[in-house]
Amino acid sequence: MANDVVQGPDFPERDYARPEVNYLNWKQTVSSWLLSQDHKRIGIMYLVSISIFFVVGGLFAIMFRLELLTPEGDLLQADTYNKFFTLHGVVMIFFFLIPSIPAVLGNFLIPLMIGAKDVAFPKLNLASWYIFMVGGTIGVIIILVGGVDTGWTFYTPLSTSYSNTHVFLAAMLVFITGFSSILTGLNFLVTIHKMRAPGMTWFRLPLFIWAHYATSVIQVLGTPVVAITVFLVGVERIWGVGIFDPALGGDPVLFQHMFWFYSHPAVYIMILPGMGVISEVIACFSRNRVFGYEFVAFSSVAIAIIGFLVWGHHMYVSGQAMYSNLVFSLLTMLVAVPSAIKMFNWTSTLYRGNVVWETPMIYAIGFIGLFAIGGGTGLFLGATGMDVPLHDTYFVVSHFHYVMVGGMVMAYLAGIHFYWPKITGKMYSQPIAKLCAVLVFVGFNCTFFPQFLVGWLGMPRRYHSYHPDFQVLNVMSTLGASILGIGFVIPVFYLGWSLFYGKDAGSNPWGARGLEWEVCTSPPDPHNFHEIPVVTKEAYAYTGEETLSV
Amino acid sequence: MSSAEAKADRSPYLAHHFESIEQQEESCTLGMWLFLAQEVMFFGGLFMAYAVYRYMYPDAWLEGSGALSIKIGGINTVVLLVSSFSMAMGVYYCQIGNSKNLFRALLVTLFLGFVFVAIKLKFEYFPKFAEGLFPGDGWGPHGHYADLASFGDQGALQIFFFLYFVMTGMHAFHMLIGFVILVVLMVMTKQNKFGPQRFMPILFFGLYWHFVDIVWVFIFPMFYLVT
Amino acid sequence: MSEHHIVMPKTYATVLGCLFVLMAATIGASYIHLGSTYNLLLALFIALCKMSLIVMFFMHVKYSSKLTKVFAASGFFWLIIFFTLLFADYMARHLSTSPFAGSPYGG
Repeated sequence: MANDVVQGPDFPERDYARPEVNYLNWKQTVSSWLLSQDHKRIGIMYLVSISIFFVVGGLFAIMFRLELLTPEGDLLQADTYNKFFTLHGVVMIFFFLIPSIPAVLGNFLIPLMIGAKDVAFPKLNLASWYIFMVGGTIGVIIILVGGVDTGWTFYTPLSTSYSNTHVFLAAMLVFITGFSSILTGLNFLVTIHKMRAPGMTWFRLPLFIWAHYATSVIQVLGTPVVAITVFLVGVERIWGVGIFDPALGGDPVLFQHMFWFYSHPAVYIMILPGMGVISEVIACFSRNRVFGYEFVAFSSVAIAIIGFLVWGHHMYVSGQAMYSNLVFSLLTMLVAVPSAIKMFNWTSTLYRGNVVWETPMIYAIGFIGLFAIGGGTGLFLGATGMDVPLHDTYFVVSHFHYVMVGGMVMAYLAGIHFYWPKITGKMYSQPIAKLCAVLVFVGFNCTFFPQFLVGWLGMPRRYHSYHPDFQVLNVMSTLGASILGIGFVIPVFYLGWSLFYGKDAGSNPWGARGLEWEVCTSPPDPHNFHEIPVVTKEAYAYTGEETLSV
Repeated sequence: MSSAEAKADRSPYLAHHFESIEQQEESCTLGMWLFLAQEVMFFGGLFMAYAVYRYMYPDAWLEGSGALSIKIGGINTVVLLVSSFSMAMGVYYCQIGNSKNLFRALLVTLFLGFVFVAIKLKFEYFPKFAEGLFPGDGWGPHGHYADLASFGDQGALQIFFFLYFVMTGMHAFHMLIGFVILVVLMVMTKQNKFGPQRFMPILFFGLYWHFVDIVWVFIFPMFYLVT
Repeated sequence: MSEHHIVMPKTYATVLGCLFVLMAATIGASYIHLGSTYNLLLALFIALCKMSLIVMFFMHVKYSSKLTKVFAASGFFWLIIFFTLLFADYMARHLSTSPFAGSPYGG
């Protein structure tokens, strides 16, 4: 563990005469980045890596959305199509959604928000990035040698007995990448417990921290189960027999149990950090303390715990016991309660707030609307009777994209836009960014709302051809996807532009509250704080008098 | 306080981002326990699969367990428990500053670990490989295990041995990782890196080693003592 | 230096002795036929006792902070969740045929 004799990374002495020294410019060699134990630099390294994976995952989506323009399977063969949607899922889930907010913004902000000089285990933090990149390399190898076609869920016995693609490599990928996620979660839990500045009590923590605490619990306690599950799949591929093999009397449904025991909570790994970002953004731009702070805080923890009790709702039609279905359905309804508490509290925060329509706020409001639809349709699917006809249709696809893209990606973009001035010290062009946020919102709805309809009409997911009656809605969806794609590309340009030509943001351009805005410079000092701050205030001590300087 | 003074005050063992040794030690302890919680879930997945199949195929479990030697399993349990004890003694010697005995304790732990793995291979894995108890194409119990060949549900029996090999194998793999760390710790002990001021690495390795022991404490009755 | 509890060799030796006794007990118990369920429960109970001894004394949890205790227990707590809901399915499967039997979705 990180208990070797450590004198700290090779940081510069604090030089009060040169305040322009920050974590970005104090040293710029390649090794000072690749071997950096600074949580801020590791966050940036994650940002670059997951952005690349996002592009890769997006390219697959473009390909199969184009295929779905016509009912016939003309652009892609069936097996190619299967590989593309599988790789889209694997790359987006394991290399974008799971690490996105925790590994980028969480890494960057948790020590800043709680008043620490770094995370508890900087070396493990760096190690987790390397493990992530090893997993990513395996992902690239899989793509180059011919892909994998089982869907990201690797259901047995397709994955173990029938698929001729690179399932073993994919199992390795999930196994290895999982440990990167576990190390991140472990690091955050210890950091939040032990590294808080004097006076930073649990109920003074920003809600972003509470959300990450809950996320980390899932990462540490859930991920090992999927690791051992895919390990068993890998062993079965090598030995030729295994416990999921029906030929021996094995039960493929057991695989689904073990897989979803992690993978359902994993959707909360993906959404909870997003909810944390939304709390920060909504509070800042309504100039209000988050309504019912304690409820929002505990609802994160409740989601993490109840989230572990609902995995069976993926298996209503898999041969799971009928009575189990009923129990899981009931528990699924329960997990909606804490999510709803958050939604109501955010909207209540807006009430009588001094609402400011800056870019992050537009994304955040978009999040609330889209997450409401995504979460609400989740309840449709959690009801046993409703799930039977809707199972494996585009309704499901649309539901989880409303949560994952409409929820998580919107929250991620909100977070990136909110913290960009802090991370880089530069401000991007507000008018372009606002326009782009609207474009993403419109493009997203054009893409995925038709999929609700086409799913309701009965179009099954995961086929490269479909009945001609569904064509109009599919064309709408593909057109929406092209708007969405443009909406995702434009920020690369204006954010990149701001790095070189953007005006200096100053330490607190939004007039936000919190240690990261009020004490840290932009970009932060390599040490984060010159003196460890003493916290005397609640989080979100907004008065409504804050001024913007953008 | 200038940064030079601040630096002079700090223990050489205190990492730059911690404020005090207490904070550092508590953080590392929590980190280690979280790692073990993660390990519990990792092995837990296997135990869940075990439980499901034992519930589904009780007869195959009885039959398969009958083919495992309680004597060998029992001896290995003793070996592992004693190695855990010697590891615990290692922590004690480290805490009281006796490097010589710390080294000896680690050596005994390593030796007993080797004995465990050697017994496992010589008397358990190799005979089973040779006599058709490895699931898959080579399956076909013969020799000492000829009795098993007449059992009706060969599929369920293969599942039993699949789980046997995966679970004991994963356990043995954790021991192999432990051997590597033990050797490193022994070298560091020789270099006088540990003492009453700095026993956390020994303590943490001890936690890991005891955890591996606990896994065996469950594996032993679950596989060898099915009635 | 924070004071860290030093567990005495005598304690360790006593624990080891108890572990041997429990091991003998678990082997002995396997020769008494109580019915497979009760044998299993007894074996599990003895294994849990052994685990507690190791965790409490060899792993110093008895002398650790509350937070460490919570972290140490978390994995087991989560396993119980996993076990309960998993077995709810397996034990209830025979209670009725699937409501979807005969439908295109199988049963």
